[in-house]
Amino acid sequence: MSGLSLSEKVMIGTSLLGGMSGVVGSFAVLRRRALVGDMLSHAALPGVCLAFLVLGNRDLLGLSLGALATGLLAIATVTVIVRWTRTKEDAAIGIVLSTFFGVGVVLLSVIQKPGVSGNKAGLNSYLFGEPANMLTGDLYLLAIVAAVTLLTVALLYKEFQLVSFDADFAQTQGWPTLRLDLAMMAALAVVTIVGLPIVGVILMAAMIILPAATARFWTNRLPVMLLLAGALGVAAGLIGTKLGRDLPAGATIVLTAAAMFVFSLLFAPQRGVVARILAEWNLRQRISREHLLRSLYELGETQLPQVAVLPVEQLQAYRYWKPRSLEKLLQWAVGKDLIKLVDAHAQLTPLGLRRAADLTKVHRLWEMYLMQHADIAADHVDRDADETEHLLPETVLVELEQHLADEGRLPRSLPEVPESPHELEAPRET
Amino acid sequence: MTCISRQRFMKTIAFEIHDMTVAYHRRPVLWDIDFTVPEGKLVGIVGPNGAGKTTLIKAALGLVPLASGKVEIYGKPYVDQRHLVGYVPQRESVDWDFPVTVRDVVLMGTYGRLGWFRRPGRAEREIADRSLEQVDIAALAHRQIRQLSGGQQQRVFLARALAQEAQLYFLDEPFAGVDAATESAIVELLQTLRSGGKTVLVVHHDLQTVREYFDYLVLLNMRLVACGPVESTFTKENLHKTYGGRLTLLDEAAEAMRKQEPLL
Repeated sequence: MSGLSLSEKVMIGTSLLGGMSGVVGSFAVLRRRALVGDMLSHAALPGVCLAFLVLGNRDLLGLSLGALATGLLAIATVTVIVRWTRTKEDAAIGIVLSTFFGVGVVLLSVIQKPGVSGNKAGLNSYLFGEPANMLTGDLYLLAIVAAVTLLTVALLYKEFQLVSFDADFAQTQGWPTLRLDLAMMAALAVVTIVGLPIVGVILMAAMIILPAATARFWTNRLPVMLLLAGALGVAAGLIGTKLGRDLPAGATIVLTAAAMFVFSLLFAPQRGVVARILAEWNLRQRISREHLLRSLYELGETQLPQVAVLPVEQLQAYRYWKPRSLEKLLQWAVGKDLIKLVDAHAQLTPLGLRRAADLTKVHRLWEMYLMQHADIAADHVDRDADETEHLLPETVLVELEQHLADEGRLPRSLPEVPESPHELEAPRET
Repeated sequence: MTCISRQRFMKTIAFEIHDMTVAYHRRPVLWDIDFTVPEGKLVGIVGPNGAGKTTLIKAALGLVPLASGKVEIYGKPYVDQRHLVGYVPQRESVDWDFPVTVRDVVLMGTYGRLGWFRRPGRAEREIADRSLEQVDIAALAHRQIRQLSGGQQQRVFLARALAQEAQLYFLDEPFAGVDAATESAIVELLQTLRSGGKTVLVVHHDLQTVREYFDYLVLLNMRLVACGPVESTFTKENLHKTYGGRLTLLDEAAEAMRKQEPLL
């Protein structure tokens, strides 16, 4: 690995970090422990400084152990505060995080004083991150940590999933939930701390949270989310390092991850903002189209089988439409050959009449269902917003029709199918 | 108070609590609880809000430490008998936006038997599918759990407990926030379990349905008020002891008992 150029080393290092942050961060985000990563990284600073003062050099392993020590001390402090006082967890995290960070900044300025010996170059990278300071040994450490954490997650996937979703249930089955929880926390802590010199204590939390939160937008399956978060982390590391040639690379890596997050927030299918707005808009559009056809049917219902010619004004008064939106709706219906529009009078075409009658029937069945028969199959009604196309699933409609026929409120009808125009093969005897 | 069970000589004891006291945040919530449940009963655990019904279940399952006393399942401590126990927690106890499908959740019921590192295989998937069919939501197996109604979510939890293939089931408020169809489907399923020799304990707070649903009753209000077969335990006197001066509730209960049938 010593044959690698510096930029290659940086690329490998940042993508390793991105990948493992994504995977480990997924569990933290799902368990709503995202801020723990933030606290760990800020609270690591005094540990880094103390380790430097003791060792006199910036050996990554030594500094990491120092970081781990104060990071864990911070977690313990928060636990004690929450357990024994009335301070809430978010406040406790805020207090402990900033106090530890404050101590770290003071120690850092002490180290910068000329009286303190040792190679101080690069210690500042713990604040904002500087991948270019990476040594070959650092790369080995990153690779080992990545291998161990990813292997742990792969082996304990089932257990981590269970404890993350329902820890109480896991415990009744005899799983050591506390120790599994600690294992997840330990993975988070170790990944956070090896990432500190690369993206810095201030930005490390973003590496934990962003790829995982981004991946969540694109999938509803945990295994896919883990893989995707890992891949996004790698991508953020690679792209961010490339962009960061003349800029602080730690910041460009995090900004790349943030850009991916914003893109997903806007454009992810289902969970994305745009998809939601579109779905909402489509729904409204469909509702008003259905209203138009149903109004035409209901207003002309008494004249059936003659198809009524209705003045647009009457239609407008019937549903309180705004003139412009009604105009647009009518144009749509004309375009679809559902109505004829002559001299501000609308008339359903045969196709339109058929659609309108179907819609009205389904709507009335739905109303009857709500008023009297909601117990039939309330549990089979689909709550998925995208599936409201037909207010009730066909199976429930059929059930309801039969029910109403049994009560004599609906003619018991067979589907109207004309006779076959050609000779049908007689059913074969078997 | 103790509940001396004459059934002891007739039937296997499925579940037994001795002198149990539980304290939350240094304040006792259950005092000297002592009762037994024979095998093959459908048991209602009934009492007012804050009576410790959920705590009783959690303590029995080892989720809450006991201040004193012991819990036995088929004559042995819970830690030795986990494989005999199925659990349906309250629906709000988990994050329903978690990225898992209905079948993933039901498969979790088989994890206890699988042990470390082993992944669910074909046998486990068959158990899960069968459990889903029993609660009538097989069609939803591949849905993300957020897309379900409250009643459907409750059915998922029930299917997970069925996949545990237990002898003794604990259900915490399974009828909270579910539609009428789900409630009757759940009751029917619990009665089927009982007919199969399983013992089912249900935390419940609707006095009007007690007689219809259960054949055995535990009345609780921080201490044990009474326990035994519903016919002899669901009495005005016992309810008065359980609910104290809460007259509206008492009136409802009196009404229900006068009619000898649920008000529905």
